[in-house]
Amino acid sequence: MGLRRVLDDIEPHFKKGGKYEAWFALFEAVDTLFYTPNKVTLAQPHVRDGIDLKRIMITVWVAAFFPMFYGMYNLGFQANSAIAAMALEGSGDWHEPFIALLAGHNPASLWDNTWFGVVHYMPIYLVVFLVGGFWEVLFAMKRGHEINEGFFVTSILFTLIVPPDIPLWQAALGISFGIVVGKEVFGGTGKNFLNPALTGRAFLFFAYAPQMSGDAVWTAVDGFSGATPLGQIAAEGLPAIAAATGRELTWLNAFFGQMQGSIGETSTLAILLGACLLLITRIASWRIMLGVFLGMCATATLFNTIGSDTNAAFATPWYWHFVLGGFAFGMVFMATDPVSAAMTNTGKWIFGGLIGFMIVLIRVVNPAYPEGTMLAILFANLFAPLIDYFVVKANINRRRARGVL
Amino acid sequence: MAGAKQVLLTPLFEDNPIALQILGVCSALAVTTQLSVTLVMCVALTLVTAFSNLFISMIRNHMPSSIRIIVQMTIIASLVIAVDQFLQAFAFEISKNLSVFVGLIITNCIVMGRAEAFAMKNPPGISFLDGIGNGMGYSIVLISVACIRELFGSGSLLGYEILPLIENGGWYQGNGLMLLSPSAFFIIGFLIWGLRSVRKEQIEVREFRIAPQSKNEGAF
Repeated sequence: MGLRRVLDDIEPHFKKGGKYEAWFALFEAVDTLFYTPNKVTLAQPHVRDGIDLKRIMITVWVAAFFPMFYGMYNLGFQANSAIAAMALEGSGDWHEPFIALLAGHNPASLWDNTWFGVVHYMPIYLVVFLVGGFWEVLFAMKRGHEINEGFFVTSILFTLIVPPDIPLWQAALGISFGIVVGKEVFGGTGKNFLNPALTGRAFLFFAYAPQMSGDAVWTAVDGFSGATPLGQIAAEGLPAIAAATGRELTWLNAFFGQMQGSIGETSTLAILLGACLLLITRIASWRIMLGVFLGMCATATLFNTIGSDTNAAFATPWYWHFVLGGFAFGMVFMATDPVSAAMTNTGKWIFGGLIGFMIVLIRVVNPAYPEGTMLAILFANLFAPLIDYFVVKANINRRRARGVL
Repeated sequence: MAGAKQVLLTPLFEDNPIALQILGVCSALAVTTQLSVTLVMCVALTLVTAFSNLFISMIRNHMPSSIRIIVQMTIIASLVIAVDQFLQAFAFEISKNLSVFVGLIITNCIVMGRAEAFAMKNPPGISFLDGIGNGMGYSIVLISVACIRELFGSGSLLGYEILPLIENGGWYQGNGLMLLSPSAFFIIGFLIWGLRSVRKEQIEVREFRIAPQSKNEGAF
């Protein structure tokens, strides 16, 4: 095999003492991109399984394609609808010439919408990938660890949770913060206690709060504004929900994702398809997903029962919480991040339940933030090691009481 | 005198009270959104540390050890009250901005830390210099943090606009995180990181190392 030989031939230059020693991480990344890592375990247990970190990460990456493709279509559909509703010429920024190259602005056309989405999505993804990749490679070279496929996941997840109209420099700042402060300062993939994509998103959320807090809709059209469904719920309660384009937002619309929002989070259906892939391949923990879901249902029902005269959001039922905002995306892709989630099985239930509880609590009770998925997951990330600690301790105590230890 | 110079300059980078001793971080988070406020705070803290060191050192041989903390507190509190009254009289606006944090100099770990660690064991003159030195070490970190926060948070320095904000017709969009206290945590963290990559002797010994679990050869 030609390529294998080429790689083997140049390998000595990248080994210790070679000419390009500093670039070993990059060489290793290229090598493992084409071939299975030449890796053996040193200590027990020796698991004989094809699933390694690389395959886990690539599977998540592929699973994120469902919301990504739908997100691109929906981004274009929402923007084109808004353009049609306001009788504008185009989206009114630098994307316009690229859109006009291959498509028009007809909201009924699948091609027009998808192309609009591609033109808006790809620059963000490209910037996120290049800037994030730069930091990843830099730290890999300086700290001597490998360039990790985890970055594929971080980059795509980060891109899917930013608004479609985010300026590219903000995307670059956000991913830099997420990769450097969320992951690399702790030693790279596997040692971070926060989800890097969410850390980057949280940075943007606090740094550029007026655009990012999620009470005004994000559509890639200049001069378009309106309140998000969650923002409307927070202000006036469920009956007031209407998609900002003026169409009524039914539950099914929200489930299929025909509403504005961050790029990949709108369609609960597409996200659930990704969840199926993750669950069938056993990459993501079903305990965490179910824990988040049950925690959310229980808390929402609790608030329904309590009721409130002043806060209309109390009456929001669980099936609306499920389809609005970032709940589904957070449940499937963010909470299940194996590094920052709880490790023990019991811990995963508690971890998931805590996230579900916090999401509804922030959405309903906190007047400042209409959406709480990101903050809830980051909050639970902080508690994950503590949860694991107590689960392990409880197990030790139980066995001791039984006289086994 | 070599000793005096050393006492004065070591706290700047080699033994910085914030970056290495990790003392006085609370006020570093709270008073660094505006450079002007920070400067006043730095001067206040430096004076209080210096004079508390001086007076405590003067009476160090007459203090019964069992009540020394209370005596130190009395001296420090008197100095802080003097500073607070002075600010209220001559710089009322800044005094309002600093709010409780002038009063909280009493509990600033640097003041107590230097009194216990240095002034109790050394003569007054050198103790005074030690207070000035540590105050300057504190000031260097605080001023750096405040410069970054004010510049990127509100686009200005000392109230003069450097990066014209979008709201005022410019191009710069203020970074809201910089106006929140947690940003000071990150900035101090980055400063410590930078300092320790220059002065490697400040890097702490790792508590444990993770042994490699796999190696990159031998698979077939």
